[in-house]
Amino acid sequence: MTPPMKPLYVHAVGVAAPGLQGWAQARLVLAGAQPWQALPETPYAPQLLPPNERRRAPPGVRQAFRAAEDAQSACSLDFSQLAAVFASSDSDLTVMDRINRALAEPVRAVSPTDFHNSVHNAAAGYWSIAVGCRQPSTAVGGYDGSFAMGLVEAAALVHGDGLDVLLVAFDVPPPALLGPCRPMTCAGSIALVLSAEAGEGALARLRLSLADEMESPLPDADLETLRVGNPALRGLPLLQAIARGGAARVVLSYASACNVVLEVEPA
Amino acid sequence: MNALAISHYTVTTACGHGKAALLQALRGGRGGLRHGQFEAGAIDSWFGAVAGLDQPLPSQHAAWDCRVNRLLAASLQQDGFSGAVDALCQRYGAARIGVFVGTSTSGVQQAEFAYRDRDRAGNRLPDWFDYRRSQSIHVPAEFARLLLGLSGCYMSISTACSSSAKVFAAAARAIRAGLCDAAVVGGVDSLCLTTLYGFNSLQLVSAEICRPADARRKGISIGEAGGFAIIDPQWSGAAPALLGYGESGDAHHMSTPDPEGRGARAAMQRALDTAGLAPAAVDYINLHGTATQANDLAEDRAVCALFGETVPCSSTKGWTGHTLGAAGMVEAAIAMLCIEHGLIPQSLNTEEPDPQLHGAIVRQTHQAKVERVLSNSFGFGGSNCSLLFGRLA
Repeated sequence: MTPPMKPLYVHAVGVAAPGLQGWAQARLVLAGAQPWQALPETPYAPQLLPPNERRRAPPGVRQAFRAAEDAQSACSLDFSQLAAVFASSDSDLTVMDRINRALAEPVRAVSPTDFHNSVHNAAAGYWSIAVGCRQPSTAVGGYDGSFAMGLVEAAALVHGDGLDVLLVAFDVPPPALLGPCRPMTCAGSIALVLSAEAGEGALARLRLSLADEMESPLPDADLETLRVGNPALRGLPLLQAIARGGAARVVLSYASACNVVLEVEPA
Repeated sequence: MNALAISHYTVTTACGHGKAALLQALRGGRGGLRHGQFEAGAIDSWFGAVAGLDQPLPSQHAAWDCRVNRLLAASLQQDGFSGAVDALCQRYGAARIGVFVGTSTSGVQQAEFAYRDRDRAGNRLPDWFDYRRSQSIHVPAEFARLLLGLSGCYMSISTACSSSAKVFAAAARAIRAGLCDAAVVGGVDSLCLTTLYGFNSLQLVSAEICRPADARRKGISIGEAGGFAIIDPQWSGAAPALLGYGESGDAHHMSTPDPEGRGARAAMQRALDTAGLAPAAVDYINLHGTATQANDLAEDRAVCALFGETVPCSSTKGWTGHTLGAAGMVEAAIAMLCIEHGLIPQSLNTEEPDPQLHGAIVRQTHQAKVERVLSNSFGFGGSNCSLLFGRLA
């Protein structure tokens, strides 16, 4: 449908999901060198946020920071100079839940902190404050195609605007009341640092195109459960290809009649 | 960047359906804000409500029925817009036309209704509530793609009040990167309690009509709107064009702009840089101009630092209200109307200009030669976007 774009180089990866606690550990699991284990999920306190913002950051933002800070910890690029794309299906439904409960009462007392945390770009805003970044940043959402949507916008920023980009995809499960309306089985986030230049130490080279093809499942049943259980983790087939290190072709869920095809090769 | 032709555009606001209604309102100084309650029992305020959204969507789209989608569908029917997209499809193919839509709250009003109707004892939402086709942030973008029969890349951008300004930037870079050949861009946001009570909790909703740049300004009047534009790089007729765009982050605070306006200034500077133009090339600046104390002051600082104190500028939120995620698109349409019709609109409802503001706030709508307009949109999270419009050379 579209010809493959010029290559994108992956300079860092971050990941946080059940049993995938940071890229250093996750790459071994994804490459098949270690078995996946359902490690207990622990709360995360973002390291880069000033105390006020750290206190106010809702779970979705914390989940986004978990992967972003993981990517930063192993990357030599200056993160305050990276454009940023935050991709999320639902941003944080725990915040929306509190607002909608408040609005259903006679007094309608919405918390001002909940309101500013309810914007879909909350994580992008907190990130800009955390790293002092005035580069372009954006927030997109595409339901189960959110990871791919974020990758498409990141690719456009790299090759359309000539910027190096941090992509962070994240989602957290909704509170119980919304569970049946928006099924999600776990929290998850993936971060990628993307550039047009190979530079030193790039992990992989990607060529992106769009086509009406079936999305790629993961062969391992446990990992496949993660993939379909959280929109951000729809990006796991790409991470597995990077972890394995060979050439691979993966198709990521994006939109009806239009998925994202990635030719992945070692850099 | 090369100028990108905007071959067609349409806008539906409290001033009426379609761009002629908005142009007439701008010329006549008649705003669309009305005092009252947007929903029975809610706060009294001034609202920019769009008329005629009481009818459900036709049966084939019943699953998508909610206020924001009704507004979106109504917007697409104005100014021959849907037909123009059909013609665009004939030329490029449905898979090569991208769809980029901005919204801040999507169909969250359906969730407001659902929570009110919920089974509190059983902790259950009603069966009619369809998150996937109403509240989810991607809904306007997916519904527009469905209604227009397009099958290429799409993007749902939600960066609060800069959402539908950023769609122009996203589309321009996607075209340059080869992801699509042409694009439909737009923005839509509808009135809901979430934004009314949310902004009210921050003491940003004015009890009086909003008065941008006025010494006694007390905050925003909320509005709703939908609008769309076609970016057709191969268009060769006379047309307005996107000349440049600039995006930035404030890196300051989640709900208060940087008082120095550094992020805002960076966005405007980048818009000029991508267009390859100097500040003197701009004939009119359509301000974000929400009429909050903090926004108008910070924006004025940024504008004066970059443009000096003589470029005519005004906020048009006195006409439409602050249409939040749709504001970028509405004000892009106003920028293009100003260029096409030689119009510089006044800062409506401004009675006593704030002496702390040094920009050249327009007090009287007038005719003038307008070649280039800069339009500002700033959102929570410090998300800034400036767009520069002109004519196809």
